[in-house]
Amino acid sequence: MTQVERQQWDVVIVGAGGAGLRAAIEAREQGLRTAVICKSLFGKAHTVMAEGGIAASMGNANPGDNWEVHFRDTMRGGKFLNQWRMAELHAKEAPDRVWELETWGALFDRTADGRISQRNFGGHEYPRLAHVGDRTGLELIRTLQQKTVALQQEDYKETGDYESRLKVFQECTVTRILKSPVEGGAPGEEAVSGVFCYERESGRFFVVEAPSVVLATGGIGKSFKVTSNSWEYTGDGHALALLAGASLINMEFVQFHPTGMVWPPSVKGILVTESVRGDGGVLRNSEGKRFMFDYIPDVFKEKYAESEAEADGWYEDPENNRRPPELLPRDEVARAINAEVKAGRGSPHGGVFLDVSTRMPADVIKRRLPSMHHQFKELADVDITSEAMEVGPTCHYVMGGVDVDPDTAAAIGVTGLYAAGEVAGGMHGSNRLGGNSLSDLLVFGRRAGLHAAQYAASLKGDGRPVVSEEQIESASDEALRPFSAAEVPEGEPAENPYTLHQHLQQSMNDLVGIIRRDEEMTQALERLAELRVRATYAGVEGHRQFNPGWHLAIDLRNMLLVSECVARAALTRTESRGGHTRDDFPDMDRQWRRSNLVCTLADEPVSVDASTQPGEAAKRADRGRIDLRRRDMPPIRPDLLGLFEKEELIKYLTDEELTAE
Amino acid sequence: MATGTRPQPNTSSTESTSRPPDAGGTGGVRTGTRAAIAERHLRTDRWWLAPASTAFGLFLFVVYSTWRALADADYYHAPYVSPFYSPCLAESCEKMQGGPNWALFGDWWPLSPALIILIFPLGFRLTCYYYRKAYYRGFWASPPACGVAEPHKSYSGETRFPLILQNIHRYFFYAAVGVAVILTWDTILGFRNADYEWGHMGLGTVVFLINIVLIWAYTISCHSCRHIVGGRLKHFSKHPVRYRMWGWVGKLNSRHMELAWASLLSVGLADLYVYLLATGAFTDPQLF
Amino acid sequence: MSAETHAGEGTGTHTRPGAHDAGGTAEGTGTPGAVSGGAPDSTGTSYIADFQVWRGDLDGGALEDFKVEVFEGEVVLDIVHRLQATQAPDLAVRWNCKAGKCGSCSAEINGRPRLLCMTRMSVFERSETITITPLRANPVIRDLVTDVSYNYTKAREIPSFVPPADLGPGEYRMQQEDVGRSQEFRKCIECFLCQDVCHVVRDHEENKQAFAGPRFLMRQAELDMHPLDAAEESGLDRKSSAQEDHGLGYCNITKCCTEVCPEGIKITDNALIPLKERAADRKYDPIVWLGNKIRRRNGA
Repeated sequence: MTQVERQQWDVVIVGAGGAGLRAAIEAREQGLRTAVICKSLFGKAHTVMAEGGIAASMGNANPGDNWEVHFRDTMRGGKFLNQWRMAELHAKEAPDRVWELETWGALFDRTADGRISQRNFGGHEYPRLAHVGDRTGLELIRTLQQKTVALQQEDYKETGDYESRLKVFQECTVTRILKSPVEGGAPGEEAVSGVFCYERESGRFFVVEAPSVVLATGGIGKSFKVTSNSWEYTGDGHALALLAGASLINMEFVQFHPTGMVWPPSVKGILVTESVRGDGGVLRNSEGKRFMFDYIPDVFKEKYAESEAEADGWYEDPENNRRPPELLPRDEVARAINAEVKAGRGSPHGGVFLDVSTRMPADVIKRRLPSMHHQFKELADVDITSEAMEVGPTCHYVMGGVDVDPDTAAAIGVTGLYAAGEVAGGMHGSNRLGGNSLSDLLVFGRRAGLHAAQYAASLKGDGRPVVSEEQIESASDEALRPFSAAEVPEGEPAENPYTLHQHLQQSMNDLVGIIRRDEEMTQALERLAELRVRATYAGVEGHRQFNPGWHLAIDLRNMLLVSECVARAALTRTESRGGHTRDDFPDMDRQWRRSNLVCTLADEPVSVDASTQPGEAAKRADRGRIDLRRRDMPPIRPDLLGLFEKEELIKYLTDEELTAE
Repeated sequence: MATGTRPQPNTSSTESTSRPPDAGGTGGVRTGTRAAIAERHLRTDRWWLAPASTAFGLFLFVVYSTWRALADADYYHAPYVSPFYSPCLAESCEKMQGGPNWALFGDWWPLSPALIILIFPLGFRLTCYYYRKAYYRGFWASPPACGVAEPHKSYSGETRFPLILQNIHRYFFYAAVGVAVILTWDTILGFRNADYEWGHMGLGTVVFLINIVLIWAYTISCHSCRHIVGGRLKHFSKHPVRYRMWGWVGKLNSRHMELAWASLLSVGLADLYVYLLATGAFTDPQLF
Repeated sequence: MSAETHAGEGTGTHTRPGAHDAGGTAEGTGTPGAVSGGAPDSTGTSYIADFQVWRGDLDGGALEDFKVEVFEGEVVLDIVHRLQATQAPDLAVRWNCKAGKCGSCSAEINGRPRLLCMTRMSVFERSETITITPLRANPVIRDLVTDVSYNYTKAREIPSFVPPADLGPGEYRMQQEDVGRSQEFRKCIECFLCQDVCHVVRDHEENKQAFAGPRFLMRQAELDMHPLDAAEESGLDRKSSAQEDHGLGYCNITKCCTEVCPEGIKITDNALIPLKERAADRKYDPIVWLGNKIRRRNGA
């Protein structure tokens, strides 16, 4: 086989979204040679999709805001399952991370006195989200991208080469994190030694040798059929971490937004903002009925209207009328939509109708919901002033991720591996508050970059693990496997990776979606087993140059691993909490609050071993690849607990936890 | 090297091993490294309509105005003076009571007096950011339309003489303000009858009123004007009045193209109106 | 209750179920998602459309004919995905967000630079043959994917934001009206359609050296209008540098950049022309030049 090119860097960042770029900037500012590897073009990361803002308790809009209030909101939002130390660091450091963006050229919307304007958002006690209209994510990415370029310009002045100390490998995918024995370490002790990548454009393989690898790959939404996530969100970082020996926590917590577009297909999954309902939009089923009145749970009966007349009165006169049931919490609305669709009263494309057209005159709609009007007009050719939108729950964010040390973002159990952003778990507990993801990227992106750099610096010289030829060969065999269609028995045609992907998405959507049941998830695990078998026969045509079918075949490995984690963890957690809703266990259980579910790799995906015959491969694939165990969370530090009222804590913490104080 | 970030060190330029650049075609979109498509463009709409009609419209005006400017006749009919001949700066000008006669050029000027003054509005429009677009596209085909390859072999834009002179647009703007002031005075003079008695108004007055409004709107909506009143500032917040003016000019500026055509038409019509009166084709209907 | 499950548990025995639609059709047990290229859930009104897609690489290529089923409400990117899933699995195309926010899926449709995800099929006649080609101002890589390195090279040549020396993080004070202009330019999603359509480089490869292109001239305008950019204090005059180092003079304001901008940014009127005027302040306006000279002397 041909020689695979090797390059030596100090720190490798996988992913160039908010967390990845922030980590890269930090590592480079620490003086280390830093390489960023990303699947798309530089500056196209999924972070651009974030609209709301960056949560940081700068106190510009309300001076009463501070990190303690932000911490409290975050813990409440996550139903106290958050890694409390991460939530603490996040709340404390977010303002500095936002202010720093300004010194790099970011232009946030301003207050009257010239400071950064902050807006209200669900779950945040004070107006807290720094924003730029509805394109905050774009501003964040662009600023980090331009800061990266600024650093490259500095290097150019000094060395004559823009990429001497900070380089972005665009349109490259990492398929394996490589580990090697530690020289002079204990027997069997291994540490990260680099990553194995292919260039999407040419299909060429290369290895980047580095003692520190930071995962910043984002989420897993592409395992679900209806999602607001882009194609990149195939759970690469999650899977790479698993394969490298790290563990994932909280994978059962996937945030679904109740109103994503389901039709037309071109916009399936794209969010419809909550303010559509806040401004008078109503949900109807195929019979034209405002079904939400049938879904008001007892605990909310007091607060929500019982008749349409009363609900309609609320918009004008909230003092004397109760809120319309369309404004119930997200999970209630999603559950109701789900039930209507399952009962056969859904819209033609598997959602329900969200209608403003019969509720307000066209000019009022255009004035109050300009971006939604524009979004539907431009993307869908739907005029929301004259027709109803079709909406349904859409997969939005995964709270679960790599189990990391809260202070250093180091993946637990793998020396030299770090994770930040959506791919890291713990920070958001069981449910993420809007605005907390962008600040998460910055706070933990910086921490990951800093500690990855410090670790790499400590190894300068001969202490670095070296990548062996065998590792490269096996990674290369694994990546090339989809081309060896010859391995398919009896001259049968290979499996089409697109078809497998569609089936995976459908299974996850139907069986491990927003509302979960034991039988369905068991069935999902069955289907995943079947798909794993079929995936061993996935083959592609054509050659290695920019071949999307091949790329998908490789990504399938990751999606199957991650989906198994989600399904197993969801099946095991017998309660409902945050982003995990069980039909058969509808209540929150204080005992479960103390536990994380931890996923680890039980068996290597078979494709890594090219010598395995297809039949055997299929047999092994049939077995699950993920082990799951329950692990206790560390007790929350007393001074942090002290920020809450006792009455509130009683709802979440067990009696023994409360008395242990 | 697709994205400038290929892993190998020290490769910095586009490699094309099989075809040297330009081997396949004639440059531009047919440069060898680009997608091999023979057509100059693949547009299926009537892209030629806009540049063709622009060129036609401008051509008509040029023909008409050249004829009228060189005519040196039929440009005054009390109380109206053709905007082409105002101010009239030569001895040879017709006497216009209260009108813009300033024989600055004395009697040596042998040609039509229109030529002296027309240089300013002409220069203003020639260097105008809208007209530049219009004639670069319409006459020069540079480019004929978006995505349609231009026929020229090389292109240096406005980097060299003479086109670098486009940068002096602002001086023509200053001059154009002066011309507009004079045309405003001419319009006021239009509130007289043929015997120079004030307080009257004819159809011509209306024509002149419309024209002067459009002339001002076009002049004020100029990009240089927008820059001068406020665009050049770094901190609007320190100059609230100029900021507000910048906002108004900006609103007009977004209609610069429409105003350019409307004022071009109106100035031509105003001249034509005077011509028709002067040649006795009809008499100015008096409103009061 | 034990919370532990092990990988081997709970799975049946699966052998490979027959040949699975390897012929390439996108049917499945479920209803495949549109993003993966399958048909939408419900068969609404559909029709067969004629497409011509450029396929090839540096060594050459041609427009290939395809017949594809089109469903109601689809955009051109959906069709490209369907082609991938059913007829041309190795058809190369860039895309990401599919919502007009990332600027990845730039191509030319019927000869006009557009985002594939923002071009609805309903704007075409059903009988029309729709042509999709890669961006024709860039070197081609494969199929609809082109080499966009020109843009990244130019981005590096624009001097970055210079933070004011006397202000630390958190001390920046800017008024909304002062950031408004630059904010408009920061809406840019870097789809590079303007860089593709601009005839200065589209029709004249040799100008790529000297000309930064609309996107990066706009970036200069953005920085020059940034209320706290301290470039001038650091000895950098962005106004004349735009003219001298980045080819502002090549722009003949024919406005194609503005026409193709999917974000509706008024590139020409709000960025390029103001930048030309600012350059004129520096280089062609003796009054301003004199005024600056005097003021500087007085200030010193």
